[in-house]
Amino acid sequence: MSTATAAAADTTPSGLSRGLMILVVGALVLSVALLAGPRFGVVLLIGLGFGLALEGFRFGFTGPWRRMILERDASGLIAQLICIGIVALAAFPLLAANGAELKGAHAPIGLAMIGGAFVFGAAMQVVLGCGSGTLVNAGSGNAVGAVALPFFAIGSFGGAYHLSWWTSLGSLPVVALEGTQGLMITLAGLVAVAVLALLVGVKGSHRLPRRYWGAILVLAGLAILHLIVAGQPWGVVYGLGLWVAKGVVSVGGDLSGSAFWAAPGNAAQVQASLLTDITSLTDLGLIGGAALMAWWRAGLASPVGKLPARAWAAVIVAGLVLGYSSRLAFGCNIGAFFSGIGTGSAHGWVWFIAAFAGSWVGIRLRPVLGLEAKR
Amino acid sequence: MIRRSVTLLVALGIVGLLALDHAQSQPLNPYAAPPLLALGSGLAATGGHCAAPPPPAQ
Repeated sequence: MSTATAAAADTTPSGLSRGLMILVVGALVLSVALLAGPRFGVVLLIGLGFGLALEGFRFGFTGPWRRMILERDASGLIAQLICIGIVALAAFPLLAANGAELKGAHAPIGLAMIGGAFVFGAAMQVVLGCGSGTLVNAGSGNAVGAVALPFFAIGSFGGAYHLSWWTSLGSLPVVALEGTQGLMITLAGLVAVAVLALLVGVKGSHRLPRRYWGAILVLAGLAILHLIVAGQPWGVVYGLGLWVAKGVVSVGGDLSGSAFWAAPGNAAQVQASLLTDITSLTDLGLIGGAALMAWWRAGLASPVGKLPARAWAAVIVAGLVLGYSSRLAFGCNIGAFFSGIGTGSAHGWVWFIAAFAGSWVGIRLRPVLGLEAKR
Repeated sequence: MIRRSVTLLVALGIVGLLALDHAQSQPLNPYAAPPLLALGSGLAATGGHCAAPPPPAQ
């Protein structure tokens, strides 16, 4: 037995520990349901499911884009497109038939939105973590993710604070594909991108590993359930900005100078408990689910990698940029790309193109910033 | 430092966040909570989302 295997065996939780952990997590979810309301308990449970699935299947958004750009391995990107397609198959008819109760991730295309998506794509490659990825990384003990997370939240607050000004620089009306025709256009678009990725990708990219299929089915199922329960698609960055807004208010800060935070709905949410905010609950669930899966698999015993000071500075700056730019872009890889395209928003497609171009730049920035050896 | 220490620090941060939230937020009222499912509730979706268009600049 190797040293690493022996260390993992030493830290593998016993059956009793695992059983107790399930009881503790169940009690937490039940407490939220009893204290805040059943919907919020279920949303936390869905968030835990997202975290368990992303960490358990080792599935994400940044890594597959990186492999597509560097190695021409299209499998991860294709898995994302299939997952979005499954969500769209359910979301379009749900939204068409229940437009008042359910809403899509529909946002306007604009100059700041495109620039924000480009910058987000670059920053997510610098820290190797997107919106969901940063939460999962932080939960599973990745120090880069844990350091980036609070700065991501601060950036998200700042981006939201200035969002109305940025949007006023130039923005089109919201364009959302709807109904059967909209669904067909969305599916055709997803297929077209997949075919293009296969043409550009290396041979064998069409063979998806089994874990990808697991991730596709579980994530799509949870995303559809999220829409049905919460009335809105899965999102990440609103909640992170809200956490900082609450901190600012708690130290006597005044948010009335921001059109965004002073808007009635957002001002009310700043006053209300985080346990009644949908994105906060899914974010907390993501972190918790990833931590739980890492603990379950004895993955928390491995040492944290060492980085030079310059790299930590880059992580902090990239965290801030991730948060700020994702608000300008009307979402991250989840709110804009996954949920935006999955519910018919044209801004999701534009976000994808801009963020993918930004990723190309971000990958080339990593060696320069000391985050990896120069190629 | 091992990954467990990082996860514990993140967990502590979340506990601190929830404590701060509990201290400054309006009390929870499960009797005024929305129904379990938004679908079929008859209520408009109102939650905050990153894709929601912003109010006009002041």
